[in-house]
Amino acid sequence: MKYQIRLTGDNARLTREINARCGVDLTQCYQCGECTAGCPMTPEMDAGPTKTLRLIQLGMEDALFDLNTPWLCASCETCTARCPNDIDIALVMDVVRQMARLKGKKIPVKQPRVFQDVFLKSVENNGRLYEPGMIAFYNLRSGDLFHDVGLGPKMLFKGKLPLLPHTSGNREKLREIFRKAEAFEKEAGKETSREAHADPGHGSGSDT
Amino acid sequence: MSKIGVFVCHCGENISRTVDCERVARASEQIRGVAFATDYKYMCSDPGQALIKKAIREYELDGVVVSSCSPHMHEKTFRKAVEEAGLNPFLCEMANIREHCSWVHEKEETTTRKAIELVRLMVEKVKRNVALEPIRVNVTKRALVIGGGVGGIQAALDIADGGHEVILVEKDPSVGGHMAQLSETFPTLDCSQCILTPKMVDVGSHPNIKLYTYSEVEKIEGFVGNFKVTIKKKARSVDIDKCTGCGECQLKCPSKKIPSEFDRGLKNRTAIYIPFPQAVPARPVIDREHCIYFTKGKCKACQKVCPAGAIDYEQTDEYVEEEVGGIVVATGFDLYTVGEQGPYPDYRGYGEYGYGEDPDIIDGLQFERLASASGPTGGAILRPSDGKEPKSVVFLKCIGSRHPSKGIEFCSKICCMYTAKHTMLYKHKVHDGTAYVFYMDIRSPGKGYDEFVRRAIEEDGAVYLRGRVSRIYRSGDHLIVKGADTLSGAAVEIEADMVVLATAVMPQPGIEGLFQKLGISYDQYKFANEAHPKLRPVECATAGIFLAGACQGPKDIPETVAQASGAASKVQILFSRDEMLREPVVAKVNENTCIACWYCLEVCPFKAITQKEIRDRKGNLIKRVAEVNPSVCTGCGTCAATCFSNSIDLAGFTDEQIYSEINALMAVGQDLFPEPGKEEGESPDEQAA
Repeated sequence: MKYQIRLTGDNARLTREINARCGVDLTQCYQCGECTAGCPMTPEMDAGPTKTLRLIQLGMEDALFDLNTPWLCASCETCTARCPNDIDIALVMDVVRQMARLKGKKIPVKQPRVFQDVFLKSVENNGRLYEPGMIAFYNLRSGDLFHDVGLGPKMLFKGKLPLLPHTSGNREKLREIFRKAEAFEKEAGKETSREAHADPGHGSGSDT
Repeated sequence: MSKIGVFVCHCGENISRTVDCERVARASEQIRGVAFATDYKYMCSDPGQALIKKAIREYELDGVVVSSCSPHMHEKTFRKAVEEAGLNPFLCEMANIREHCSWVHEKEETTTRKAIELVRLMVEKVKRNVALEPIRVNVTKRALVIGGGVGGIQAALDIADGGHEVILVEKDPSVGGHMAQLSETFPTLDCSQCILTPKMVDVGSHPNIKLYTYSEVEKIEGFVGNFKVTIKKKARSVDIDKCTGCGECQLKCPSKKIPSEFDRGLKNRTAIYIPFPQAVPARPVIDREHCIYFTKGKCKACQKVCPAGAIDYEQTDEYVEEEVGGIVVATGFDLYTVGEQGPYPDYRGYGEYGYGEDPDIIDGLQFERLASASGPTGGAILRPSDGKEPKSVVFLKCIGSRHPSKGIEFCSKICCMYTAKHTMLYKHKVHDGTAYVFYMDIRSPGKGYDEFVRRAIEEDGAVYLRGRVSRIYRSGDHLIVKGADTLSGAAVEIEADMVVLATAVMPQPGIEGLFQKLGISYDQYKFANEAHPKLRPVECATAGIFLAGACQGPKDIPETVAQASGAASKVQILFSRDEMLREPVVAKVNENTCIACWYCLEVCPFKAITQKEIRDRKGNLIKRVAEVNPSVCTGCGTCAATCFSNSIDLAGFTDEQIYSEINALMAVGQDLFPEPGKEEGESPDEQAA
């Protein structure tokens, strides 16, 4: 691993932050490995969930956000179901993804990020998901133009792909929700930058 | 006017961390009736006790309040010190400012005030204390040992060798317990039965041991030195004296498909059976639930073949009473059942491991039976499904143990060692096979223990993988084990022929019923509690009852044997005296006011109260009153609380004493103990001081 663990005395910062965000206490993790054992995505991941949680316990923020693990997590929740300490690991992965975005980290895998963006955009625009539009945007933005295109006619034939977007009656309300969420995000972003500013050097226990 | 001494202890920092002990002492001086008060770092130490003794002599104290820990901890210590200074020990009381104050509160002004209040209450009580003399009771020098596993066997043999009679009660048809089921034992790999069976034979033939197998303790009355035990001898349906143990009945019994408890279901037994060939006593028992005669009314095949005429279908449960002075509890353990339908409904199983569904997924004790020369396969390691030799066996540790979400937080302690042993036994019998072990931590402290684990890894080539397993499923001839190796960070998939689960050590199911009869406490898992985890690990909080083995917590054989010998020695200490002294904290009836309603007689849990007749000189009956037998009374106070005419008082806890404490607590407007520097102003109460 290209990171070195630097113990600064404030390594519990990430653990505390995650606890504050979602109430999951990662000090309970004793690194048994059952989450990695059950995870169907482990072979594709830079590090299994066990190791990911360890990086959080050690406060290695840079190393954590470099991992593709949270972005490959399929949220199947096998890890959560099997954890002997009842830790909601799938939720932690979700929170790590949120944190990476809020903190403006470079996201190591392109597709999930693009997918999330186009998915949300589609919902924002139409008030609900418009599949063909989303797929088109996704293929454009991800650069993989013909991704799953072969499936299109089949789905169309089966009536799974509507040609025109259904719009939700309350599109305005939904947009309001998006605006509110954006405002929240901005506020949270400010806070994190303020924290980092007030507390230089403690932002991460890890370094290259 | 009393002259009471108050001694405030800091308990190192345990009390002084949150309570201003010096101020408690100074405030105590102000209490009416207190002649002397001081504080000291460790009141229970020699210099602390000397301080108390010196003050008693110097100030001619007639009562002592030690303001420190719980009376459970040091009441005896301080009463002894007070006695040595010439004062009656029952004039000394403890004000508990540790458990009841400093440990449960923050460092605040109110904490110190509470400590002062607690001292004040106790001073009021001590003012009304009277000198009491201990009660002398005879000791019955016979012991009861409950449980005939290795712990019970060792305790019984030790006490019997010490020259005392022992009653050994075992619920199963034979003594031996779980140790008789084991193949070989760590860390020396000596054969379990070879070292245990001689002891079992000794127990069966020792002149001082009275063995009750297939029996259970039904009822226990009395107290230390004088227990009366009712033992239920379950109907064996076999006359144990006539039977010669020839085994003819077993061969002829037509009901042959009952899973053997001894072989943990890997082999079948008959309805009339001797659990295993080395059983003591080697006498059969009829399992009435499965016996064709008892279920359908005809068969009697065993009676026809028995050459000794020992079969007795009419036998019923028999109850015998025994009087004993001390009791050793050695009820042992059982294994956590992984499947959904276990004896522990509180603890959820592991659906993802498929135990109980797939015959090739077994638990540790089943593996012991497979590896044992007396087992279903004669010691060959063959998988249960098709009898083939497994070429790859996966061992999973911590099944149930250390698994809070499954309801168990503790470490079962023995699994790391027995799993290492299993890998060795397997390798010694299947040379071309591979043993894989999934572990979380290897816990192998003990003489020769870690070396043993290393031997399993280095010499016998067991593959240790640090991680857990998420799922086991069948794929054709193999079991697919999906796990992780956290050291490499990768997921692991193994094609296994057999999987062995090292399941958690749990107390015998339903054992709390016995513990309740004995009046001993147990923890959330139903393991019996010792009196003190460090300094009294063998005794129960209930006097005269001692613990041996895994009924107290997970233990391996050497630890169980050591504790059993410890318990035996404690019993012999008890038996070394002809009579023992008991605390005189017992109930007393005021015969002048007793209205003979007999409610006390009904509520007394110890049957210590009887009817007494009062007659005049000519022998004419005047009236009947209740009378307490002080040697049976435990001072629980139930009768005192029930008495309609207020005629029963508990020595040392009289109504007068308790009311004076409450009055002292309720005394409003008497804040005698202002905070230093705040003597002036704030509240008129404080000025009154």
